[in-house]
Amino acid sequence: MLTLRLALRSLANRRLTTILTIVSIALSVALLVGVETVRRGVRESFAGTIRGTDLIVGARGSGQQLLMSSIFGLGSAAGTLTWETYERWAAHPAVEWTIPISLGDSYYGYRVVGTTEAFLEHYRFRNDGRPTVAQGTWVSSDRDVVLGSEVAERRQLHVGDEIALTHGLRGTGILDHEEHPFRVGGILAPTFTPIDRSLYVALEGIEAMHAGWENGVPPASALPSLVMPGAESPPATGPPPAPTPAPQVTGDTDHAGHDHQLTAFLLGTKNRFESLRLQREINTDTAEPLTAILPAVSLTELWHSIGFAEDGARLISAAVLLVGLLGMLVSLYSTLQERRREMAILRSLGAGPGRIAALLVFESGVLSVLGVVLGVGLTYLVLLVGGGIAERHFGLFIPVTPPGTLEWAYMGGVVVAGLVVGLVPAWRAYRHALQDGLAIRL
Amino acid sequence: MTSAAPAVDLEDLRFRYRRGPEVLDIPALRVPAGRTVFLHGPSGSGKTTLLGVIAGVLLPTGGTARVLGRDLGGLPPGARDAFRGTELGYLFQLFNLLPWLSVEENVTLPVQLHPARRSRLAGETPRDAARGLLTRLGLAGLWDRPVAELSVGQQQRVAAARALIGRPSLVIADEPTSALDTDRRDAFLELLFEECSAAGATLLFVSHDLGLGARFDERLSLPELNRVPVTA
Repeated sequence: MLTLRLALRSLANRRLTTILTIVSIALSVALLVGVETVRRGVRESFAGTIRGTDLIVGARGSGQQLLMSSIFGLGSAAGTLTWETYERWAAHPAVEWTIPISLGDSYYGYRVVGTTEAFLEHYRFRNDGRPTVAQGTWVSSDRDVVLGSEVAERRQLHVGDEIALTHGLRGTGILDHEEHPFRVGGILAPTFTPIDRSLYVALEGIEAMHAGWENGVPPASALPSLVMPGAESPPATGPPPAPTPAPQVTGDTDHAGHDHQLTAFLLGTKNRFESLRLQREINTDTAEPLTAILPAVSLTELWHSIGFAEDGARLISAAVLLVGLLGMLVSLYSTLQERRREMAILRSLGAGPGRIAALLVFESGVLSVLGVVLGVGLTYLVLLVGGGIAERHFGLFIPVTPPGTLEWAYMGGVVVAGLVVGLVPAWRAYRHALQDGLAIRL
Repeated sequence: MTSAAPAVDLEDLRFRYRRGPEVLDIPALRVPAGRTVFLHGPSGSGKTTLLGVIAGVLLPTGGTARVLGRDLGGLPPGARDAFRGTELGYLFQLFNLLPWLSVEENVTLPVQLHPARRSRLAGETPRDAARGLLTRLGLAGLWDRPVAELSVGQQQRVAAARALIGRPSLVIADEPTSALDTDRRDAFLELLFEECSAAGATLLFVSHDLGLGARFDERLSLPELNRVPVTA
């Protein structure tokens, strides 16, 4: 292809402008593809926050609120549900497993989650990722706390350290459970999910530290701790004790843990197809008003409600690309005047105006293709090198995957846009070729 | 080529640029085939425009322009481009070469662009043809040089080699010696005559320098042929 060869030689001759143009296109492509990849990564990481759980059940209220509080540790739950209700649904024939969750305490802003070993066994994130204890052991007594990796790192905690948890979700110091300190029993491996920012204690631990806090304030005197079934120590004694009379929660309505109150529970069904029917059944429970949500559906809804941010990022990267393409237009266009001599020579050699126009379109095509290739290469380089940094500093896990359909569409689109932009100087050169004849304009 | 048809035959030729005044009004101009013809014209007499018409880059706005027996006005644009590329060699006053190609690549460009011109190499490869011409023009060994490293005289000889490759029927030269000093000019003209004669090409040489005319077979004067007066 002679025209392409000539275009390449001509570009090589204007090396500096050529390189600068390619770099500017590459940077815009890198930004565009990078934003797309990060967006997809964030989305996948977001959608992968919880997997394998078929329903999340909490007190009657907004589904989004339930999802945010139970999974992301944001905001408060609408209310609590009783241990009886939990047991009743846990025993439902369609239910295979459950993970009870009791929230309401914190440690330097990190959520404390009261749960059972079922969490370790059944909780899943991303592609079959499961929480694992990296150091120490899982909660084995009501004085044990297991830390998410970020909590341990930021608070400089190690296995064996003693900490006092805080009643409520904010601050420390005023309502610390100092009379019931916890010992760090284990530290979880990083998951890049909200697990990393949580602390896990046994439900009994929650009970124990709230002994006497029924009014939401510290007890006048310590009460004996209640022990729940399934706990290994202290030894369980028979069936769960009957709930104490209706909790008198004042002010701190999101606070569970008192008197066998749960914030929520996650459940897995024996047969996935039962999920919808079970959801309806739970939502219409007459004994206690409950809300059951399908995590995947709620996650998607939540993502869409914050989707304007990703549109903004896309818009900005598209604008940057436009600037890059305009830069190419300027650099090609500005050389036209000095290249009129070149065009006259080609004309004298029998090149038609169309061929001269094609030469310029090819030049812009070469610039865009090289820009795209370099840009995509740059993106992957940054992802491979910088991926670890994003994980460490932002808890953001960006999977490095080969370009998806959208990325390919972007790349093709940039090349096409480059060719279209090249048509402008090409048209100009075509006009010159017809007007100038063989006069060499200097 | 048919030696009977004149290389250039203009009749009642008129030309004007779009919306501009008439530049050429030539009742008759004839360049016999196989001769060296000197066309004298001071600057502003429409030399370059006339050469554009003869090369088929510009279309006459009136009359007929026959080149090598072909009426250029009757050819579609693509055919005119191909005709020029195949049958003509063109030499500019200065800056004849594409700066981003080597010496040899510049010379072989016409045969690369037009298969018909390549077929006139009579079995020679473009590279051998180019090197043969360059050697005869005293440029042996400079094949891969960037053209910017050559002197002006060398550049004009490279341009001559490019105009002559593939034995064109008509070589048009637009003041190719104006940038050369007297010694180099004479040597260049000698080479050009020799090579045109070897290729069997008609040479139409345009210059404002009347002193060169004596060496040519025929001399024509553009101000006498063109009815449009010379503009300052």
